[in-house]
Amino acid sequence: METLEITKVKQGSKKTTTVSGSVAVLEAFLAEGVDTVFGYPGGAIMPIYDALYDYNEKLTHILVRHEQGAIHAAQGFARVSGRTGVVFATSGPGATNLVTGLADAMIDSTPVVCITGQVFAHLLGTDAFQETDVINITTPVTKWNYQVTDANEIPHVLAKAFYIAGSGRPGPVLIDITKNAQLQLFEYDGYTKCEHIRSYRPKPIVRKEYIEEAALLINNAERPFVIFGQGVILGKAETEFKQFIEKAGIPAAWTIMGMSAIPTDHPLGVGMLGMHGNYGPNVLTNECDVLIAVGMRFDDRVTGRLDKYARQAKVIHLDIDPAEIDKNVKADVPVWGDCKETLPLLTKLVVQKVYPQWLQKFKDYQQKEEDKVIHNELNPTSEVLTMGEVIKTLNELTNGDAVIVTDVGQHQMVTCRYAKFNQSKSNITSGGLGTMGYALPAAIGAAYGDSSRTTVAIIGDGGFQMTLQELGTIMQFKPKVKIIILNNQFLGMVRQWQQLFHEKRYSFVDITSPDFVQVAKGFGIPGKSISKRESLKSSVAEMLKHDGSYLLEIMVGKENNVFPMVPQGRGVAECVLSKEEI
Amino acid sequence: MNKQEYTITVYTENQVGLLNRIAIIFSRRKINIESLNTSPTEVDSVHRFTIVISEYEDVVRKLCRQIEKQVEVLKAYYNTENEIVWQELALYKVPTDVIATEVKVERLLRENGAHTVVIRKDYTVFAVAGHREETEALIKVLEPYGLIEFVRSARVAIIKGSSGFHERLKEFEQKEPGEEAIENEFLDKNQEVFSM
Repeated sequence: METLEITKVKQGSKKTTTVSGSVAVLEAFLAEGVDTVFGYPGGAIMPIYDALYDYNEKLTHILVRHEQGAIHAAQGFARVSGRTGVVFATSGPGATNLVTGLADAMIDSTPVVCITGQVFAHLLGTDAFQETDVINITTPVTKWNYQVTDANEIPHVLAKAFYIAGSGRPGPVLIDITKNAQLQLFEYDGYTKCEHIRSYRPKPIVRKEYIEEAALLINNAERPFVIFGQGVILGKAETEFKQFIEKAGIPAAWTIMGMSAIPTDHPLGVGMLGMHGNYGPNVLTNECDVLIAVGMRFDDRVTGRLDKYARQAKVIHLDIDPAEIDKNVKADVPVWGDCKETLPLLTKLVVQKVYPQWLQKFKDYQQKEEDKVIHNELNPTSEVLTMGEVIKTLNELTNGDAVIVTDVGQHQMVTCRYAKFNQSKSNITSGGLGTMGYALPAAIGAAYGDSSRTTVAIIGDGGFQMTLQELGTIMQFKPKVKIIILNNQFLGMVRQWQQLFHEKRYSFVDITSPDFVQVAKGFGIPGKSISKRESLKSSVAEMLKHDGSYLLEIMVGKENNVFPMVPQGRGVAECVLSKEEI
Repeated sequence: MNKQEYTITVYTENQVGLLNRIAIIFSRRKINIESLNTSPTEVDSVHRFTIVISEYEDVVRKLCRQIEKQVEVLKAYYNTENEIVWQELALYKVPTDVIATEVKVERLLRENGAHTVVIRKDYTVFAVAGHREETEALIKVLEPYGLIEFVRSARVAIIKGSSGFHERLKEFEQKEPGEEAIENEFLDKNQEVFSM
């Protein structure tokens, strides 16, 4: 046991108390308004867990079953609540288990603060038990990270952590605290929130001249098109965004991350962009004359081949992160800034307009997609169920009020294509990283993020098996999570690609599943498995009505494909509606 | 547009781990760093990285934006060779008996601007500060006479148009920094906005 360093009582007006580093961590949480922590204890974080014992009335700690579950839960929590998610994990394997979630939060700009325990400072670099170089492992996947070896640093480092995670373009922050610092007693003079770091500028200054240039382009446009991403949601600018498109009368399409920022049935909402997005928004990207990108980063899944992307259009790019401007698509008018500030300025300058003919074009494409894809997906004549009709049924029963959490794969694309949303922060999914196993833990976090809403997790048979241990968390803490497993008995998206691009050589996509209902039963979660259309509606209704978590396995067509599709390496205008067109 | 040599100057806080954060911005994109120097600056608390790479300007601009995005980075600039004053230092270890006997060597060293750092019975160390061509030229000269060891430092560079970081830092320390501090967005308008 190392000696506890007790610092001298400071002279001055500020009253100090002697506390441990661990207590300072928890006090920081309370000062930041944290009420829920997702975590897993272990040797190097035991002092913090010991302090937590006395805080159980102020802080709810959810004991997950794996640290990856903790960080995905914190992500789900953050995405639904708009607040920063918080995670505890121990050193070594505890910390390395966070890496996937950190990478996910980094690429999807989710505010998360992770506290990891670390071995005693004097053991750093000695290959001590459960010692890993966590700071260096997590550097590429964190917005900021820092190792604390002295308790005196804890209050201001945590203040910085919360400020950095939640401001500007949000992201994950990891603070590694050595065990000696957690145990160390020091003179604590209270917690001051961080509001400024001289080397960190979360928001670029808004340049009026670019707003004016953008407005001029928009006002002279004949076929303007708005595409928007999660920036609208992260900037809490849903109202400002709606006012902008409504005044300017411009059709708007969302990325998967921007979905639900405006209601999906908004008259100017023309659907989803991207590889499995809607036909019209993809094809017409290459016909618009002014493309207005709001809070999105031109991911390759959205743009397809860049040299065939919107070459004809003048591009206006609104983003808070200067590094995103010109990164993938060259902006003619860059509008740096927080869209909560820039959108109202732009709205003021744009002329009230409507584009009936241009909007009609989207509707024509919508009709084509309806005839060739959507109608059959939602009203199948086949005996087996389709994923689409499950989502349609869910829409009917939830009226678009539920939070829907999806995993990654075909079910994710189908859900995002067909789900209806009335309010923002409702579509929770792993967009950038494509993390299978995300949905179940994220849904647990989402349920804590807003317990007044129904949380439905839609997961494939593959992804569910990646993190199904979190059923244990549900069993113990009883968040109300409605789980729908869309079981096509394949790793469906990879199978689709193998069918379309690898001559149907199905290489290791045939996945066997356990009896999911029995598995859930083992965790005390009721459930049911169905495969017939006639029991679909009543079963989904039963699941939603059940007061508590419920698992509904729905057997769907084994070899159904998701269309439309912009095949990899093609332009957005080469979007296809069926496999015959590929 | 061709690949060209660019010198990137980064002003940062002095913090453990920042070197790694900056280095991985290059390695992630499989870009080789030709030279990297860390140094204090004229301002007490501000640290300076000087990095040399050969790349397209478009790539360098994006790299600088990614570097500036790091929380502890104050500013990143990129410049071509004619916008900076730069030097590299090289050391050469040569057998002392050769220099003692071959008069020519002494003349060659003088011609190349070398000065003596240490003289021992067995070897002598010379130093040359200058541009890459200059330090490389002396290797060629000394090789026939038994060059024992050669080492060259990273580049240090000063931006010709810079007026230092004192004034700039005051901007950063304000809670609402003015346009001066945020000119990174305009990296593509190098000449117009580089008030440094």
